[in-house]
Amino acid sequence: MAEDPKDTPAAPAAGEPAKPAEPAAPAPAAAAPAGAKPAAPKPAAPPKAPVPAPVDAMGEPLVAALAAAVPGAVLGAKRMVGQTTVELAPGKLVEACRHLRDAETFTFLVDLTAVDWKARDPRFDLVYWLHSFARGNTRIRLKVGVRDGALCPTVSGVWETANWMEREVFDLFGVSFEGHPDLRRILTWDGFQGHPLRKDFPVEGIDTGAAIYPDRYPEGGGPAPDDKNRKTVS
Amino acid sequence: MSETVGTAGSVPETRDTMLGLREMELNFGPQHPSTHGVLRIVLKVDGERIVSARPDIGYLHRGTEKLFETETYPMVIPHTDRLDYVAAATNNHAYCLTVEKLLGLEIPKRAQYIRIVLDEMQRISSHLLWLATAAIDLGAITPFFYTFREREVILDLFEDYCGARLTLNCMRVGGLQEDLTPGWLEKLRAFTEDLGSKIDEYEDLLTENRIWKMRTVGVGILTTERCIAWGVTGPPLRAAGLAWDVRRALPYECYPELDFEIPTGKNADTYDRYLVRIAELRQSRRILLQCCDWLAANPTGEIRGKVPRVIKPPAGDAYASVESPKGELGFYLVSNGGNKPYRLRVRPPSFINLQALPEMARGHMVSDLVAIIGTIDIVLGEVDR
Repeated sequence: MAEDPKDTPAAPAAGEPAKPAEPAAPAPAAAAPAGAKPAAPKPAAPPKAPVPAPVDAMGEPLVAALAAAVPGAVLGAKRMVGQTTVELAPGKLVEACRHLRDAETFTFLVDLTAVDWKARDPRFDLVYWLHSFARGNTRIRLKVGVRDGALCPTVSGVWETANWMEREVFDLFGVSFEGHPDLRRILTWDGFQGHPLRKDFPVEGIDTGAAIYPDRYPEGGGPAPDDKNRKTVS
Repeated sequence: MSETVGTAGSVPETRDTMLGLREMELNFGPQHPSTHGVLRIVLKVDGERIVSARPDIGYLHRGTEKLFETETYPMVIPHTDRLDYVAAATNNHAYCLTVEKLLGLEIPKRAQYIRIVLDEMQRISSHLLWLATAAIDLGAITPFFYTFREREVILDLFEDYCGARLTLNCMRVGGLQEDLTPGWLEKLRAFTEDLGSKIDEYEDLLTENRIWKMRTVGVGILTTERCIAWGVTGPPLRAAGLAWDVRRALPYECYPELDFEIPTGKNADTYDRYLVRIAELRQSRRILLQCCDWLAANPTGEIRGKVPRVIKPPAGDAYASVESPKGELGFYLVSNGGNKPYRLRVRPPSFINLQALPEMARGHMVSDLVAIIGTIDIVLGEVDR
């Protein structure tokens, strides 16, 4: 859980909309240019190739329809590089997903994953991409903020393909899904300690003896948290 | 309960059969040659019949997505080679597209065409490898010698172009590292023109082969609705009758300018998936010929866009995908404005398609499982990452 001052300018910018405050959407639009400026190509002349920045997308018909159909579900929406992301309230996730699948023909869950924002609260973003064949290959991305240790409702009842994807998120991030039919580790083995894609998991891995001889190694295994050889991803 | 993972409907309860035998658990893999790597499947069988199949994956998990977060953007590309290691070009391509999308980069036309050439060569070589191994799994050894003859030529062409045969590392953010080597295009054209008759040879061996048809027709059916429910893309989805291909549905590079068809099947079984892949070989050949014409008519040009010296995409996220030989391969990039990806997620078609295996295998004989694993066309490097 070491805080790395290097990401602090950017991480909250992407993280802000997850806060339950209602007018969350304008915040990233205002914050992003500040975070994006240093990323402009240094040697090239600045005026060409506009740097993509998120814009508010609450007015898009699909987002407005979702907000009207499932009250309280939409916390914000932004559009960047032609892709719309809708921030949802965790409590309304399944209801919103069902609505999108049945009423808006988003029958195909393309992918589901998580992002660890380390010091932010809620710590994790769960990200869902939906695809609609009937709407001419339209895609929409959903985002839900989940606290460390909190349960996230499963969408495996809405799209069966979410089963393994949620297992992977559980395995690699340690986010638990409420109502999942078979929440077990999938890429690491049963008995593995820790969740590798968390930012505080050491890159060089842990001594997996911890899984085999739990009495001989400290919980979690590997270098101790204060060991300076322990490397974590920034 | 855990045996029914992800299957629709319920698994029959354990019961005595006529012979007084009970259902038996059988470990299939992870060292079984027909699992194409280190896939383990826990089978519950009633005699020879599969009651449930539970894939157990992760034997090849290398933490690639964790590694991505420690590397700068250009350094990520060689890691992507090692996901679907028989189709490195499409992996490179999907990753580069994602970073380019977030950077807002324009790719020069010539680079786009060369990328398509590399992609389609890769599709042909991956399908040839699939055809060889899927046929060997079912006892037909001969196709292997035919398909590897052509695959060898493609790998030689890759070697000529970028020095590597499998882990190509052939694309860069913003375009390509190198232009084509002199004489390369002529070699490619000669090979491509020849390929049509070679595909006829594979078809002579298998398409009307009685044993091949007995082993594949009606085996492992997955309808369009079930494909979509499981998120299955690529040849299995098209064999079920839906003409959906990322190259047409969510076009990238100059695919809209090229003339090709999306082959479909109608019975959604292993045999139709074979026919679809054969038809895709012919379509890829068609695309290659068009690209050869264009590249011959436009022999010079930029191959790399205006890429900043240090690649630092703005804070935000983007997703881009390509049609890999296995299905939709996508990358989801979250940037915090730094020179390394904050999070880079792979949408691996093999992983997601494999999830439909229990449903496809249920009720079939154990020997059909070999055909079904083959027909999904998985690469464990991509499943386990």
